[in-house]
Amino acid sequence: MKLLIRNGTAIDPHAGSERRADIAVAQGRIVAVGQAPEGFRADHTLDATGLHVCPGLVDLCARVAGSAGEARAAAAGGVTSAVCPPDTDPPLDEPGLVERLIVSARGFDGPQLHPLGALTQGLAGERLSEMAELRAAGCVGFGQGDAPLRDHRVLQRALQYAATFDLGVWLRPQDRALAAGGVAHDGEVASRLGLPGIPVSAETVAIASILILARETGARVHLCRLSSAEGVALVRAARRDGLAISCDVAAAHVHLTEMDIGYFDARCNLVPPLRAQRDRDALRAGLADGTIDAICSDHIALAADAKEMPFGEAVPGASAVELLLSLVVKWAREAALTLPAALAAVTARPAAAARLAAGSLQPGAPADLCVFDADAWWRVDDAALQSGGKSTPFQGVELPARVRHTLVGGRLVHSAR
Amino acid sequence: MQLPDAEQLLERLAAAIRPDLQPDTCLVGIHTGGVWVARRLHALLGLSTPLGSVHVAFYRDDYKTKGLAAGVRPSELSFDVEDSHIVLVDDVLYTGRTIRAAMNEIFDYGRPTSIRLAALVDRGERQLPICPQYVGAMLTVARDQVVQLRRDEATGRLRLELLAREGGR
Amino acid sequence: MTGNPQLTADGRLRHLLSIEGLPAEILVQILDTARSFVSVTEREVKKVPLLRGRSIFNLFFEPSTRTRTTFEIAAKRLSADVINLNIATSSQTKGETLLDTVANLTAMNADMFVVRHAESGAPHLIARHVGPHIHVVNAGDGRHAHPTQALLDMYTIRHYKGGFDQLRVAIVGDVLHSRVARSEIHALTTLGVPEVRVIGPRTLIPAQVERLGVRVYHDMAQGLRDVDVVMMLRLQNERMDGALLPSAQEYFNHYGLTAAKLALARPDAIVMHPGPMNRGIEIESSVADGAQSVILPQVTFGIAVRMAVMSILAGNQG
Repeated sequence: MKLLIRNGTAIDPHAGSERRADIAVAQGRIVAVGQAPEGFRADHTLDATGLHVCPGLVDLCARVAGSAGEARAAAAGGVTSAVCPPDTDPPLDEPGLVERLIVSARGFDGPQLHPLGALTQGLAGERLSEMAELRAAGCVGFGQGDAPLRDHRVLQRALQYAATFDLGVWLRPQDRALAAGGVAHDGEVASRLGLPGIPVSAETVAIASILILARETGARVHLCRLSSAEGVALVRAARRDGLAISCDVAAAHVHLTEMDIGYFDARCNLVPPLRAQRDRDALRAGLADGTIDAICSDHIALAADAKEMPFGEAVPGASAVELLLSLVVKWAREAALTLPAALAAVTARPAAAARLAAGSLQPGAPADLCVFDADAWWRVDDAALQSGGKSTPFQGVELPARVRHTLVGGRLVHSAR
Repeated sequence: MQLPDAEQLLERLAAAIRPDLQPDTCLVGIHTGGVWVARRLHALLGLSTPLGSVHVAFYRDDYKTKGLAAGVRPSELSFDVEDSHIVLVDDVLYTGRTIRAAMNEIFDYGRPTSIRLAALVDRGERQLPICPQYVGAMLTVARDQVVQLRRDEATGRLRLELLAREGGR
Repeated sequence: MTGNPQLTADGRLRHLLSIEGLPAEILVQILDTARSFVSVTEREVKKVPLLRGRSIFNLFFEPSTRTRTTFEIAAKRLSADVINLNIATSSQTKGETLLDTVANLTAMNADMFVVRHAESGAPHLIARHVGPHIHVVNAGDGRHAHPTQALLDMYTIRHYKGGFDQLRVAIVGDVLHSRVARSEIHALTTLGVPEVRVIGPRTLIPAQVERLGVRVYHDMAQGLRDVDVVMMLRLQNERMDGALLPSAQEYFNHYGLTAAKLALARPDAIVMHPGPMNRGIEIESSVADGAQSVILPQVTFGIAVRMAVMSILAGNQG
């Protein structure tokens, strides 16, 4: 089947370019951007007049595995590759579970699923999982979700073993003891509201340990969800020293701070916690200078009553996969970045960090595409979200950019209205 | 409309009360205007019994609709109310609801032998079966107007004023 | 989130959840009203008919006989019907129980909830879910706030010091875990106290507490110098387990209030404590029972202040 996307503005984050160009697709792959090849006859055309066309979004953390509804929500958000953390129920520590997830995802109108395998059996933090087998089953990396490892010895050995097979290890840096009992950034707002705090040191102590062990073992490490200025500084210094390390930040943390908690708004109960304004600014600076590779949604669909609790008892997390593009475009406008530069943080750069063949408009690349209207403003409310999870700190907020069409492997998986 | 002179009404009221005085009669003024009137009567009558005051906020029957007003002051009844003779003093008698509230409050201090009622001005329109024994003057005033007692801070002299009723909340 | 969730659209008090964000006029109105209730409690009949026919539910998700009793007495003196509920919480169903309980009691025509909960913000959550005619009073939530305690402390200070605008006040002890301290800080700064100090070891002082408008002292002798009011906080025994303090004895040596340390304050300084006291841990017995202590009057004023809060709230509809 051949498809021609006509009259759109093509955004190539690799080239950093933005230009009016038709995109020709055949056999699920991009054939040409600009001039269609001689003799190309489209079976279908998609009119993208007034719209932008970019590579489909690569979301490094979206809990959409195993659910047709959440897969549709991801597609509605323009996401075509979703990395899923291993903290499913049961955890992804067996090849059979991983294969089943990937196969089931092919039956959904949603993104390509790229599971992370459990680093330890049952995510219990003690015995290593069968990482090589899990990779063969389709795992793109290994992590612990938010579950802790027993101690640094387990971390050191997990990194050594992963390095043996050149497997990526994805870790969310948080020292368990320093964060114990905390539900909000240990700063002005937590002090005012009497919420138990999570100090920045809970993140930096963990990053420092991981960096030391990564250097020692030669493991390829991806740090998930940075939250603090000091954390960004540690990663920046490590990268400057040549350490092969990558990292991401959640979209909410690019925009919000502890102040958004207001009077105990449980929708702002996130992991890691929203920190101070200077931390948010440092995260933005880290994205701009390449210290931080990617912005992910950190999507989770929570039941309606998960937030109907006192702040500290509410289930952390937010529905975010449908907001990802909008939040990146909003950041681009606020930080005066070009769309190609900003969108690289949700396309080319995360694809490189996860070693995925995605996030590109090069001929030959899979036709994973997102067609969106950068100037369409929409209001985040229950009706606007496809996801079963409606809780987000952005509820009621007007955001720019709405996805019109999403294609995965040349197949239209989402069209607005 | 010409309002009567409050100072003259005070004299008239004192003259009306004087023949009925018992040795232990106590005056009790209702906040705020009634307290001013009671204080002046107390002096004019040369009483040596304690002067009481009640602030009826906790007994008002319009609490449900109007809530508790700001500026509530404590009531002061420093004499033994049980078996006492009380003359309750208010500035402007109107529906009678304030008087009911004041009597209820007084009864929470004890059981007086008698309560009589003195008002500087009676504008009629009673909504409760309450009748004053001593009145300075009868006054007919339109419903959308309020008769208010004013007190000169320096001299303590009293005067009456006619105001438009505020749109109560 | 817009506006202060405690106030009605026209700025009157609808719920009392926290001192933070309340204008000084409302605090003063509560203190003034409380003064009248103090005189009521000195009468033969210690009751007024204001809340006759109203139902006040004491929802204590965390047990506290003492606080519950003062609210109960206050409500009864306002002629309200009082229903006490001590709700045991299992950690798993806490949240559900909270809103389910509230829904059930609302169906029983409750007019006011007095809420004590171990989680900061629980009364805010309840206030967001009650009908428009129901009022919520925070009787202590987690580490967040204990507004009626702070108000009775303000009443006590005004009673003994006449006002707020010339005072130096020190709050001493475990500020980190103290809802009382947080509410006191907001009340003192709102009422115009020019200098509020907090005194304690670094392990018990919250991050960036200076942002609340206080000066931090770690040396009690320095912190107490020339203060007019010393507000002591209760120290929970479990603080020794969390590596926050080595021992009660060392704590007392450095942060316990003794006659010698009190002598550094102004000679007419008053000593306060929200109770229950740990004698010999945060305060020496001779000071707790001494001439400068106003700890027992605090308890008396507590009932009048709670009567004032409940009667003002219940009268503010819509």
